[in-house]
Amino acid sequence: MEKIFMGRYDVIVVGAGHAGCEAALAAARMGKKTLMFSMNLEAIAMMPCNPSIGGTGKGHLVREIDALGGEMGINIDKTFLQSKMLNTAKGPAVHSLRAQADKNRYHLEMKKTIEETPGLDMKQAEVTDIIVEEGKVTGVVTKTGTCYEAEAVILATGTFLGGKIFIGSSAFSSGPNGLAPSVELAENLKKHGIILRRFKTGTPARCLGTSLDYSKMQEQKGDKKTVPFSFLNDSVGDNKVSCWLTYTNEETHNVIRANFHRSALFGGQIEGIGPRYCPSIEDKVNRFADKKRHQLFVEPEGLDTDEMYIQGMSSSLPEDVQEAFYKTIPGLENLRITRPAYAIEYDCIDPQDLKLTLENRKIENLFCAGQFNGSSGYEEAAAQGLMAGINAVLKISGKKSLVLGRNEAYIGVLIDDLVTKGTNEPYRIMTSRAEYRLVLRQDNADQRLTEKGYAIGLASEERYRRYLEKKEKVKKELERIKEKTFSPSEVNDFLVNHRTTQVQSRVSMEELLRRPQISYNDLKEIDDETRPDLSYHEVTQLEVTVKYEGYIKKQQTQIERFRKLEDKKLSQDIKYSEIEGLRIEAWQKLDQIKPESLGQASRISGVSPADINVLLVYLEKKRRKEQ
Amino acid sequence: MSEDTIAAVATAPGEGGIGIIRISGEKSLDILKKIFICKSSDIKDRMLTYGHVADPESRKIIDEVMAVYMKGPHSYTAEDVVEIQCHGSIVSLSRILKLCIKNGARLAERGEFTKRAFLNGRLDLSQAEAVIDLIKARSEKTFDVAMNQLEGIFSEKIRDIRADLTDILVNLTVNIDYPDEDIEQITYENLKESLEKARKKINDLLSTADTGRIIREGLAVSIVGKPNVGKSSLMNALIGEARAIVTDIPGTTRDTIEESIVIKNIPVVLTDTAGIHDTDDLIEKIGIEKSKQSFNKADLIILVLDGSRSLEQEDFLIMDHIGDRKVIVLVNKSDKDHCISDEEIKQKLTKAEIINTSLIKGEGIDQLSSMIENMVYGGHVRTGENLLVTNVRHKNLLEESQKCLDDAIFMTESMQPLEFIEIDVNRCYEACGEVIGETAVSDIIDKVFERFCLGK
Repeated sequence: MEKIFMGRYDVIVVGAGHAGCEAALAAARMGKKTLMFSMNLEAIAMMPCNPSIGGTGKGHLVREIDALGGEMGINIDKTFLQSKMLNTAKGPAVHSLRAQADKNRYHLEMKKTIEETPGLDMKQAEVTDIIVEEGKVTGVVTKTGTCYEAEAVILATGTFLGGKIFIGSSAFSSGPNGLAPSVELAENLKKHGIILRRFKTGTPARCLGTSLDYSKMQEQKGDKKTVPFSFLNDSVGDNKVSCWLTYTNEETHNVIRANFHRSALFGGQIEGIGPRYCPSIEDKVNRFADKKRHQLFVEPEGLDTDEMYIQGMSSSLPEDVQEAFYKTIPGLENLRITRPAYAIEYDCIDPQDLKLTLENRKIENLFCAGQFNGSSGYEEAAAQGLMAGINAVLKISGKKSLVLGRNEAYIGVLIDDLVTKGTNEPYRIMTSRAEYRLVLRQDNADQRLTEKGYAIGLASEERYRRYLEKKEKVKKELERIKEKTFSPSEVNDFLVNHRTTQVQSRVSMEELLRRPQISYNDLKEIDDETRPDLSYHEVTQLEVTVKYEGYIKKQQTQIERFRKLEDKKLSQDIKYSEIEGLRIEAWQKLDQIKPESLGQASRISGVSPADINVLLVYLEKKRRKEQ
Repeated sequence: MSEDTIAAVATAPGEGGIGIIRISGEKSLDILKKIFICKSSDIKDRMLTYGHVADPESRKIIDEVMAVYMKGPHSYTAEDVVEIQCHGSIVSLSRILKLCIKNGARLAERGEFTKRAFLNGRLDLSQAEAVIDLIKARSEKTFDVAMNQLEGIFSEKIRDIRADLTDILVNLTVNIDYPDEDIEQITYENLKESLEKARKKINDLLSTADTGRIIREGLAVSIVGKPNVGKSSLMNALIGEARAIVTDIPGTTRDTIEESIVIKNIPVVLTDTAGIHDTDDLIEKIGIEKSKQSFNKADLIILVLDGSRSLEQEDFLIMDHIGDRKVIVLVNKSDKDHCISDEEIKQKLTKAEIINTSLIKGEGIDQLSSMIENMVYGGHVRTGENLLVTNVRHKNLLEESQKCLDDAIFMTESMQPLEFIEIDVNRCYEACGEVIGETAVSDIIDKVFERFCLGK
């Protein structure tokens, strides 16, 4: 085939899902000429599974992406259908925002943003190979033999790479949502020495809303007061839709049990490993046999369609069985399925082959993000895409990389987990994966990250100004409420009304705010005209800072200790096999992962505290020899 | 690795005239100031100061010591170092060490002082090799101890506590990370109940960690027997010098005599009791009352019988008192006539260990010492050093666990957010794990998916 040369870019992004979009936007916004490929431009920022963004841990990721200058938060604020703050019964560290998305509008808004971004081109084409010269990636080749040169390439292929769909006994090569798969690229990546493995995920059926009987389900409304994801927004509109809750029953389970043998999952056709937190309904019935019912949520796919998503019911059973068991569920008796549930298997890499910057260890300037790295979820993908985009730009500009620590961001936890510990199933973020949950809150993501985003030229002037303004306003207000005091006669009625104990002597507003029964907004009743007008984000930040001061301090001390090991850097040239005193298992793992700090080394499974001591002594010896 | 302040016994294990506790790190001087009482107003750098170590809480004096503070970098480790010279007994050393730890130090790992000395530039390169050896030796040794512990009931109990904590953590995690799922919601009531259950187990373990307590505080041994059977001779033989008055007149020992000695590296607090017999003598009565008290508190009872005479009413009375407690019976004066058979004793004291002795000649003392050692270690003979270290460490960790659960229970009672409570429970779980050398984090997440049906 004739090779055609079609142009030169700084950064090329392969894939336009949630990882690809963030990577491309970040690279372009940081001033690099960028090209983003998609096999189908109608698949830009497509949501092939659940119609929602956020949730526990995931909501934190979205806020962090936003704080650095990413797009996901802005885009969901524009296109949400229903918004809910989860976990409000618990403390502020685990409050998690989740929004139902209008899938099509989400895609269209993102596509529009990409179209409007200067320096960013998009192209519908299938990338079939990467060009590697002397261990360095220099471009990509498309199916038509067209070559594009680039200084850095970011792979974000999602479930397209080697995609294979399973429904009952049928299995066929396919990307998600009936789109074409990418087959050649996988074969060529192997030729370049990249080791691929198979992961699996699944999605439930879609049906027509008009075929459902909502009177048999429980309505799930959004929050009365909606809250924006993006720090750029002070408010977003109202909820537009409801979701619906219903349950499976014994009959449903009987239908599924009677057809276990017809599931692709139990038939042994699927070799990929699926996520435990996202089991198919047949898996749930099989593994939790004594559970009498499983819940499912019926959620709208968008405002311009009647299609509904049946959350909690993914399956790889044949279509007749799917229809039979869905119809046993109250409210779904007459459902008309528009798209059947399916399981999908795809190629991905072992993330332990990556550096913390998401650059491939074997091929220089090749960065990887999203499901291709073994993660799962739109938010996890977007977070990696953003970091891959940032680090690709920093690398080709000869600048210092941006690696977020486990103490700085959930993004740091996510990437460190993937790269340092690896994963045996599609990886999902959870707040319990973070050691310093109290500090990594969604309300302070901007205070943690915007400065960094601004310094590398990603976060906009407006974002930076808002960050500084919020910081200053919160600081000033903290000072004011510390100084503002009340006599018992001024506040005791107020305290009685809020069911909290009265005071005997003068009390500051700060002390009052510390009480669990009193919110900052409550204090308006007794406050004076010096009270400033604070935004939602500012109020949250202020409240959390005051109410949980003691615990946050406690966690800060833990972080100080943690940082001591993180700050001891390990060179990439160390030959661990030659270090005397390391156990075999330890040096093998260290040689494979090449940790960047002693802290990272200590998190590798198979490296013991004694091995870390040996490394400490080794580092000191080396330092003295060099002197 | 982190710049914690560390402490350890610096002198060789075993009994010596003087023992040294060494502390190194930022908090060294603070710790010394907390536990050291001296006349001089200020502790000067590099000056030996005379004083007493006392518990800052109870104000109880523990030992008479000399202490020296060496400001870094002019010290062995190049950090601030404090050395406390005390009496060389294990009891004294371990009590002072325990105090240091209670007041902010961490127990040093094997070779850690030397490692710090090297890292801070005090040792040359060739010595660094020795450091590596020490670290290697440490992991082997730790492994050794860990293996021994694995076989014990102790680690079984820790596993049991950890299983309880796992349940709590799994519930907390699933409630925090899966708010939307159809799972049982945690209630503060249930949570408190489970936390209290775990705390009780830790409390029990702490109070019944017998061997540990014996190593720290000494094995309480009460010597009983009717008058003039040789109790004081036994005492003397064990102490090695004549302290109690030995006469042939019954009732000579009117007061209890307490003596701290060391048998096979085990600290023993020996009490020679006044004979327990009926008397009208007031002074003797007081003695008898005291005897009964020390008898009740004893870990081990040594009953001395006169083997040259048949058992009498009074012997039987004492044996009734002993009941099923741990007892070693010495059939003394075995060089004379042998009038008591083992069967006769076993009828009353079924579990008794019996030794024939001639205390005047010093016969049977070795056998007695070995038997005491066996009783303490339950048949496993180990060096005092391993046990001392492991137990202070264990106790330390268990006390930390206890504290964490106290905090967690307090937070639960005041209905604070779950993720704050989780921090304390998680630390408790880790601390218990450190006791038996298991510190896996991801197993909680694994358990979450094993036990709960989650996901979209």
